[in-house]
Amino acid sequence: MITNEQMINDLSDIVKPYIQNQVAFDNLSADTDFINDLKINSANLVDVVLDIEDKFDIEIDNESMDKMLNVKAAVEIIATKLAKK
Amino acid sequence: MNSEEIISYLPYGAPFLFVDKIISVDATSITGTFRFDESLDFYKGHFKEKPLTPGVILTETMAQIGVVSLGIYLVKTEGGDLQNMQIALTSSEVDFYKPVFPSETVTVKSTQEYFRFSKLKCCVEMFNEKEELVCRGKIAGMIKS
Repeated sequence: MITNEQMINDLSDIVKPYIQNQVAFDNLSADTDFINDLKINSANLVDVVLDIEDKFDIEIDNESMDKMLNVKAAVEIIATKLAKK
Repeated sequence: MNSEEIISYLPYGAPFLFVDKIISVDATSITGTFRFDESLDFYKGHFKEKPLTPGVILTETMAQIGVVSLGIYLVKTEGGDLQNMQIALTSSEVDFYKPVFPSETVTVKSTQEYFRFSKLKCCVEMFNEKEELVCRGKIAGMIKS
């Protein structure tokens, strides 16, 4: 069972190539917003989600994609999808 | 969808339409052509006395055929509303190998890497009439309908 902390570490590695705000990235927490804090654009947010699918071997649907706006929401969605596997 | 139908949905017009014909298209790939007429305005300044097609125009041609035209086909296939389609270029990384002179016709071949959550990313190549590779790259855009 993967812990939330491990998941945030994995997410941190995934978003790193796409971030435009280093300070927000250095202070990454559950409350960090992908678009408003990390300044990831919507096109690269798609790449983040595709990388999440590969990393955790899950499939993200459109509904989950719309909710995937911050670290906390991403962790919850990943945990839910992993639990269903 | 045939060539005329796809081109009719392209949001570009002269002097910024760089698609003459779509030769083939399916769910994963597209091939199309464009002839760079010697009267195109940018040849007056790129370069002075030595007309040569600018790399940004080659990139635009690759995007219009390889990403937007393929995107129109994919949106139509998925039952999307092409009348209210919105598009935006989101990234391009292109390497150039051969110059394209006025009056040359180029062929663009594109294969999709993925089309997910409205983002279409493609591997795109351009060839000249001698079938030599002109440029190659990855281009992505958002297509919402």
